[in-house]
Order: sequence, then C-alpha cells, then structure tokens
Amino acid sequence: MTVTQEKGMAERSQGFALRWLTRLAGSDLLDRVRIRKQLERAVFTTSKNGFRTATAAGRTFKATQKLTGPARQSHGKPRSLFDITPDEEQQMLQEGVRDFAEAKIRTVAGDADAQCATPPELLAQANELGVNMLGVPEELGGVMQEQSAVTSVLIGEALAHGDMGIAYATLAPGAVATAIAHWGTAEQEAAYLPAFTGDDTPAAALAILEPRPLFDPLKLETAARRDGEDWVLDGVKSLVARPGDCELFVIAAEADGLGPALFVVESGASGLSTEAEPAMGLRPAGTGRLLLEDVRLPAGALMAGGKREAYVECVQRARVAWCALAVGTAQAVLDYVIPYVNERTAFGEPISNRQGVAFAVSDIGIESDGMRLATYRAASRADQGRDFAREASLARRLCTQKGMRIGSDGVQLLGGHGFVKEHPVERWYRDLRAAGVMEGALLV
Amino acid sequence: MINLETPKKFKPLTAQAHQVATEVFRPISRKYDVAEHSYPKELDMLASMIDGMSEGADSDAGAAGVRRDSNGNGDGGNRNGSNLSTVLSIIELCWGDVGLLLSMPRQGLGNSAIASVATDEQLEHYGGKWAAMAITEPEAGSDSASIRTTAELDGDEYVLNGEKIFVTSGDRADLIVVWASLDRSKGRAAIKSFIVERDNPGLKLDRLEHKLGIRASDTANFTLQDCRVPKEALLGSPEIDTKAGFGGAMQTFDNTRPLVAAMAVGVTRAALEETRKCLEEAGVEVDYDRPALSQHAAAARYLEMEADYEAAHLLTLQAAWMADNAKPNSLQASMAKAKAGRTCVDVTLGCVELCGTVGYTENRLLEKWARDAKILDIFEGTQQIQLLIVARQLLGKSSSELR
Repeated sequence: MTVTQEKGMAERSQGFALRWLTRLAGSDLLDRVRIRKQLERAVFTTSKNGFRTATAAGRTFKATQKLTGPARQSHGKPRSLFDITPDEEQQMLQEGVRDFAEAKIRTVAGDADAQCATPPELLAQANELGVNMLGVPEELGGVMQEQSAVTSVLIGEALAHGDMGIAYATLAPGAVATAIAHWGTAEQEAAYLPAFTGDDTPAAALAILEPRPLFDPLKLETAARRDGEDWVLDGVKSLVARPGDCELFVIAAEADGLGPALFVVESGASGLSTEAEPAMGLRPAGTGRLLLEDVRLPAGALMAGGKREAYVECVQRARVAWCALAVGTAQAVLDYVIPYVNERTAFGEPISNRQGVAFAVSDIGIESDGMRLATYRAASRADQGRDFAREASLARRLCTQKGMRIGSDGVQLLGGHGFVKEHPVERWYRDLRAAGVMEGALLV
Repeated sequence: MINLETPKKFKPLTAQAHQVATEVFRPISRKYDVAEHSYPKELDMLASMIDGMSEGADSDAGAAGVRRDSNGNGDGGNRNGSNLSTVLSIIELCWGDVGLLLSMPRQGLGNSAIASVATDEQLEHYGGKWAAMAITEPEAGSDSASIRTTAELDGDEYVLNGEKIFVTSGDRADLIVVWASLDRSKGRAAIKSFIVERDNPGLKLDRLEHKLGIRASDTANFTLQDCRVPKEALLGSPEIDTKAGFGGAMQTFDNTRPLVAAMAVGVTRAALEETRKCLEEAGVEVDYDRPALSQHAAAARYLEMEADYEAAHLLTLQAAWMADNAKPNSLQASMAKAKAGRTCVDVTLGCVELCGTVGYTENRLLEKWARDAKILDIFEGTQQIQLLIVARQLLGKSSSELR
C-alpha cells in the first residue's frame, strides 16, 4: 500500500469519528427527533400461541457494484505493549455513545421494557451514529479499514449502560452486516452491504439460537438440505430481535454434508414466519421466534462455503458481543447502587457504613472489572488475528455467572425497593441473566 | 490501543523465569515442604544469578524494584515498566513454588519497602542486602495502626521495644524492616519503619512457626529489647505529620499488593494446568467452543475456575500497568489482591477435589498448592481488608465511616 493510500484511509477513519461527534454535538440530532414519552403501543401479546405473522415483505437488495472477490477488513498489526487505554478515536466514540445512552436510552428504557419495543426514532438515531456499519469494509462504503472488535465492544458496553434490551435492538442489524462482511461471498457483499451504510438501513437479525434446553450452537436442529442446486431450510430460531421488522436474516443451520453453516435469507422468502416470544428480559428488542418451513434458497445463499471455522468464529464473536453488553449493564448496576446505599439510612446511619452492604458493592466492582478486562482481551485478540476461542469462552463464563450475581445483588442492595419497577435494578436483574443464554444475534 | 497480552519485550524475561521455576523450583518443591525450616541452599546460586540479571536489565525477577519512576518504552505515552515485568516474573516463579520465591535471598518484602521509600544514601548503605518485613504483632494483625512496638529517640539512636510475629525470612535475612510508633498517643501518623540489622543484639529470635503451607519459607517471631539503631535507619520522614497520616508507611502496600496477587495467580495457574492434565488422563477434554454446561461436569467446573483465574490475572496486570503509568492504583491493587487471593484458594481446593486422591495425596503437588494458597488470601492485607479498601474507595467513605 502506498503512503498516500494509507494516509487517505487514516483520514477517512478520522473523518468518521469526527462526523460521529459532530452529529452528536449538533443540536440537530439531539433535538430533531424527540423521543416520545408515550410509545406507540406495539401489539405484543404472549397469549397468541400459534399466532404467526409472515416476515416483512422487505426491499429488493440489488448489487450496485461488481466485486472481483469478497472485500475484507484487515486485521490490525499485533500490538507490542500491554495497554488498557482505548485509542483517541475509540475514546471519542465511547464518549459520544455514553452521552447518547444516558440522555436518550436510559430515559426511555422503562417504557420500552413495558412496551416490548424500542421507539423507531431511537433506533434511527442510534443508527445515525454509525453503530451498524463498523464491520463494513471501505470498498463497500464502510469507514473502518481494520477490524474493530474492540471498538464494537466499547460501543456495546456504552449502549448497554443505558439499557441492554435497547442495545440489543440497536445493534442487531449490525451483526448481519458484520457477518456478511466477514464471511459473505463477493456477490452477497455487493448485494447487501451498501444498504447498511446509508441512513435507511434495514432491520436485520443473525439467528443462531434455538428454543431448547442445553442449546449448543455447534449442534443445530435447524436443517439445511440440498435439493438440486437449492438449499431448503427447516427449523425454529429463538429470541430474534424484532423479527417481524427484519428485511434480512443470516440464519445458522446444519447443512447437509457440511455441518453448521450460515445462510443469507431475505425476509420475503416463502416459508418464513415469526411469532412473538417475549422473555424475562431484553424486552425492548421485541424478541420473537423465527420459523422456517421449507424455506427454499438459491445455492448462493450459503456463506463462507459452509466452512466450519467461519461458523465457529461467528459463535465466538457473538459471545464477546454479549459480554460487552453484560459489562455495560453490570457497570450500570454499580453506578446506581453506590449513591443509593450511601443515601439510604437504617439504624441511624447510611446502610453503606455496614460491611455487609459495603462488601457487596466491592464485589460488584471487582467482578465487573474482571468481566470487562476479559472481554477486552478477547476482542483485542480477535482484532490482532490471534486465536481467541479460550478468551471468548472465559469471558462468557465470567459474564454469565458474575453478571447474574451482580444483577441479583443490585436488587438485594435496594431491598424491597429494588423489587419494584420504580428503580431500574429489577430490569437489570432480568437482563443480566440473558448473557449466558444468548448465542449469536450480535457480533463484534 | 487496547492489548492485554504479555508485551513482547518481556517475553524473554518470562521465559527465563519459567525456566527457573521448572528447573530449579519444581524439583525441590516437595523437599522443602517436608523439610520445614531447613534452608534451601539451592537458592543461593540462583539469587546471585538474578542479581546479575537485574543489573542493566530493566526487569526484576523478584520483589525488588517497585519504584514509581520505573523505566519503560514509550508508545504514545503508554509504558510497560518494572511493575509489570516484576508481576509477570513473579507469576512464572510462583507457578514453580511460592514458598521458594518467598525464600529468595534479597527479594524480601523489606527489600520492596526499601526500594520504594529509601533515600539514595539509605539505598547505598543497605543495597544488596536481604531485607525482611516486620509489621504484625500478637495484638495487631490487619489493624496495623494499633501496633505497640515503640521507637524512642535517644541521642543519635532510636531505641526499639516490642514484639513482632510472622516475619517472613526473618531468620535468614540480613536486615529487618520493623514498624514501630514514635508516639503511641499520635496514632497511625506516628508509625514509622526502621531498618534493623539481623545481628543487632537487641533483636532476639523467639521461634520459627510451623505452618499450613509455604513451608519452604521461614516465618520468625522476634522480641525487640532495647534494640538500638542509628537515626539514619528510619525510612522516610521522621516528622509526625498527622495530615499525611498513615500514607507514608502504607505507600509500600499499594506497590506490594499486586505482587502478592501475582503470586496467587502463579499458584492458581500451576493447579489449573496440572488438573487439566489429570482430567485428560481421565478422558475429560475441555472444549472452549461448546457451552460449558453441555460438557462433562468436571470440564464445566474447570472452565468456571479458569474464568476466575483469567479475571484475577488481568486485574493483577492492570494494577501493575497503572503503577508503571503513574496512575493512582490503590483501588485496582486491592481489587487484584482480593480477586487473586480468593481465586487461588477456591481454585486450588477445587482442583484437589476434581483430581480425587491424586490431588489429595503427596504424590503430586496439588495438595501442597492448596495449602500454600491460603496465606495468599491473608498476608499483605486479608480478603476482608481488601474488600474494605475497595468499598471505601468506591463509596467515597473514610475509615471512620466504614470500619
């Protein structure tokens, strides 16, 4: 690569951060779209077992350019020094998203949870921040030259500090863009990725999880069988974000003769339907099931040639993404309980003067910091092109167990007040349990 | 730029430390566990070698340099200096044997104290000697502000009187850094540390302890009876500054807590690696990609323990890295010590359980590591003290509010 090219890319990357910041700071973004206090009431009932709706008709995805081969973001150079400081650009993004999460997400999280929906304006605003195009290579209108799992983690963490369910709804389309950018064919990239770089990005979902106990993403029940040149998919996917709104899916299925593999599926495909599947938490994401009945796909729908390594990497990257959300929510718990236990008095003094209370706060601090560092490590290894199976797995164990514990202690420290919806800790209790249940759905 | 891997420039150092652990510590690990109180003479050669190594190199294999002015190469302001390199080598050496590391000549906690706060004159006078640390007393453990040993100025000398227990390497060291109060009515601000030569006639060895673990390391109890030391033996300022309070004396601990956390991390890793081998011999494979709960229960338990290890490890590196970069790290140092200490105990005991009699008997070192582990959650501030420090920092509380 020539020096000018390198410089050009660096400038574009820098420009991206600046654009981001400008958008945030500009009164335009903050004022134009007011988050309505009363959300449109989404019809979302649990009682309609068997009530299915077809997936959205969706746009026509068309390639606007022809690629000679798949475009890929490069890995960063292996870094030589130990460092826990995000680079300048990451710090800017982090700050911007933090502000957004505090001003726009936290304030509506309770309503969004009750309604099982995130306000569309909020999703649009978040999308304007560019959170869904981090994985898109420059050739296809993206802004990041190098893979940016760490950046994705920092953004996921910051969004989830506002609310985990809204973070899920916000980031779900980006997972599809990232999946196609990492493992899509040239044709898939050309057809689908440009849609993710504009303002009108499609809702989309990466569906791996299936509804059964002891789900193992490496042993899928959703099957893809060969029929001539075509693939025919059957199965059920669980806890998909906003499935009824999605225009595009990446769906994991056990492919004949290949093992678990990813397929690109447009929402208009016949045999696709959705049904509501509200859960304990993540409710602002409007979770639902995606049902596949004889969904016929052309041979070109298969991603990465069905290579197992690609699928396994997808599973690992998703785990890191969920860890990032758990870290953000755990931090939210810590930040919330500290002033509470300092202000709440019992027996004539703040309850935080008691070790039984204070030590619980210490443990939240210690374990959430451990979760964070383990998650950063996994993401940083991914960016450097190192194997990160071990690190992703350990970060997930930590975020699953400590995250749940933190959710529980958050409620416990507020006592009865924590149990009622006047405070957000009960929502975080429900959301943090998701970190160990979710597979797929998000990517770094 | 976020990167939590061992920096490349410290790879040779950690490789060297690992070799020492494998070739020197492990072969004599059981020997000195059994032969408590006998001096591990094998360490003399090693200590000289390490002295040679740290001269000229920007690294220390033991517990010496924890000065804030550590050198490191810049990378846009980011420094990886001697705090990180020390922590990394301690991890490797304690993977070998923590008791033997604690017995390393000239690598005592007293050396850390001297390295941290001594004046240049003191460094010159006491440099190259082995220094132990004497803080704990029969009536003052975690509550080190309530120590009763006194130091009275008499002409050009301080006269020390009191009783000290749990002095690591106290019988073997050349020097003992003794904490004593200049004025017991003035509380913690009056507590100062004094360097006492081991052969000082006023310093009487009472006995050596028999312990649960780290038996290679001797633990001495002393009586100080009209023990006279020159005025210059006082470390730091002789002023009783009630505003600065305990800071001076406690400063050492901000620097040494990550070192003890590193010891715990090293022992934990030793137990995990051995257990993984045992499990593989038993036909249990640990798979990082399959969900933990879909695997053998032993594999799931292993993953849980390794996850705690990962957190402890990274928290420890974080605390050291912050010290290298002159960031205040008292909170992170205590977090690391708390997490690493409890993880070490939980994991080593868990490993014994997983390995059954193979873990519990003296045929392997697993049971020894489980015994060694417990002290790491106690000395340099117990688990409970660390939680107290963390809580005070997070909640913004004073020691009188949160006691």
